[in-house]
Amino acid sequence: MKQNRYTVTANRALAPNVYRMDLAGDTAPITAPGQFINLALDGLFLRRPISVCDWDEQGLVIIYKVVGKGTARMAELQPGASLDALVGLGNGYDVDACPVHPVLAGGGVGVPPLYGLAKRLLAAGKKPSVALGFNTAREIFYDMQFAALGVPVTVATVDGTAGKKGFVTDLIPEGAYVCACGPEPMLKAVHARASAGQFSFEARMGCGFGACMGCTCQTVTGYKRICKDGPVLEYEEILWSHE
Amino acid sequence: MPDTRVSLCGIELPNPVIPASGTFGYGREFAELYDINILGSFSFKGTTLHPRLGNPLPRIAEAPSGMLNAVGLQNPGVDRVIAEELPNIQRIFHRPVMANVSGFSVEEYAETCARLDGCEAVGWLEVNISCPNVHHGGMSFGTDPACAAEVTRAVKAATTKPVIMKLSPNVTDITAIAKACADAGADGLSLINTLLGMRIDLRTRRPVIANTTGGLSGPAVFPVALRMVWQVARAVDIPVIGMGGVSTAEDVIEMMLAGATAVEVGAANLVDPFACKRIVEALPAVMDKYGIHKLSEITGGVHHG
Repeated sequence: MKQNRYTVTANRALAPNVYRMDLAGDTAPITAPGQFINLALDGLFLRRPISVCDWDEQGLVIIYKVVGKGTARMAELQPGASLDALVGLGNGYDVDACPVHPVLAGGGVGVPPLYGLAKRLLAAGKKPSVALGFNTAREIFYDMQFAALGVPVTVATVDGTAGKKGFVTDLIPEGAYVCACGPEPMLKAVHARASAGQFSFEARMGCGFGACMGCTCQTVTGYKRICKDGPVLEYEEILWSHE
Repeated sequence: MPDTRVSLCGIELPNPVIPASGTFGYGREFAELYDINILGSFSFKGTTLHPRLGNPLPRIAEAPSGMLNAVGLQNPGVDRVIAEELPNIQRIFHRPVMANVSGFSVEEYAETCARLDGCEAVGWLEVNISCPNVHHGGMSFGTDPACAAEVTRAVKAATTKPVIMKLSPNVTDITAIAKACADAGADGLSLINTLLGMRIDLRTRRPVIANTTGGLSGPAVFPVALRMVWQVARAVDIPVIGMGGVSTAEDVIEMMLAGATAVEVGAANLVDPFACKRIVEALPAVMDKYGIHKLSEITGGVHHG
């Protein structure tokens, strides 16, 4: 983990209430897809943890949904704004642990970290396929970006306005190895359908780096801090009773 | 060079800055970021006789200039702390550490303190009788003078180390609790623990925190904490550790003027992992600015109008 300053180079809507922010600055602390950054925002005490969608040597991309005061403040930021962030937080997805054909399953604003994962899997010679779930057609984002990577992409919408009518679970072959990120009910349904994989969890956090025990959950292998020991948990260790 | 040293219950510290329990774990995460030996000491995560998972999530909420938490004393239990954390603490920190202890009965407090008594790395026992986030325990001991005194006596009988009782602000008269602890033999007092608070999510109309209520900390509570430190320091003859919203070197000096011998820094560590390093490094220049040559001399130095 490092504390760095970043400059906003772009911040625009991708879908209703969903924004993509590009940040220029040091990305050396990022060691795996699925890690997150913790952003300090003027007028708010706690930092806001947001997963990293993608990164290169010059900067990183985050995609976030406006759900409260913090994300609303983020949406107001203009290019040129400077942000203090803790970077390289959490474990992220283990690319080496993935088989040749993993399924990447994202629900809503859980989709972004899977993009960085897909790129690293491809770079490692693996052939991921991508299943994305949204509520409705106009909320879809990043399906084209995944397709541009040359990976097979399928989409489901709850109301059937695009892709298959139903949930992202309906797109996943029974018994697949799945790397998932999304709301907890989705993760639970995907977990039930998969036979192995890696699941990224979300939590309200205090510090984001393992100090406060604000986001601990119970797992088969003991207590884990979602911020430090997660946010990605192994299929085998997840206990759904932890809520 | 201004002299930042202070003495706390007979133990000399290079400076009065002590990360507060629950915001510094057992030091591991911070030792990866900077050399924590620059700190006066640190108070490790509240430890109980038996392991505790703590409260359901969410445990954390935003507040104006602060935060709420209801972690619920998650810890691996005193035996694992002694076996696994204290050896590591001795590796990363070369001065006495403050052992923060909680309990659910007088006997439990005493037993946990007795087990820590033999630990060389532990300089002081900070006995938390003020946790607002656990039921049938914690704060209930800190809201009644007789109970507070009973815990103090039991812990004093169980240890040879200095005993610092950590007080709750959620009382009508904190000096009554403070005096009860002092009369029962406490070697020092630390205050304040968090102020009981609550937030409601407007969308769901449910409390943001699963425990319904949580403890408020951060700069929002600083003036309340300062006032209580001032009241308690005037009421007792034992050293007082001031805490509650301290985020800067100026806050440290203000707490000491109010009567604090040393100062704990809590919530600031969570939003700025380098907060204590920044405060320690800023202290000499801020002392110079206010004409302070020897920090230990300003304790209780507030003038009365």
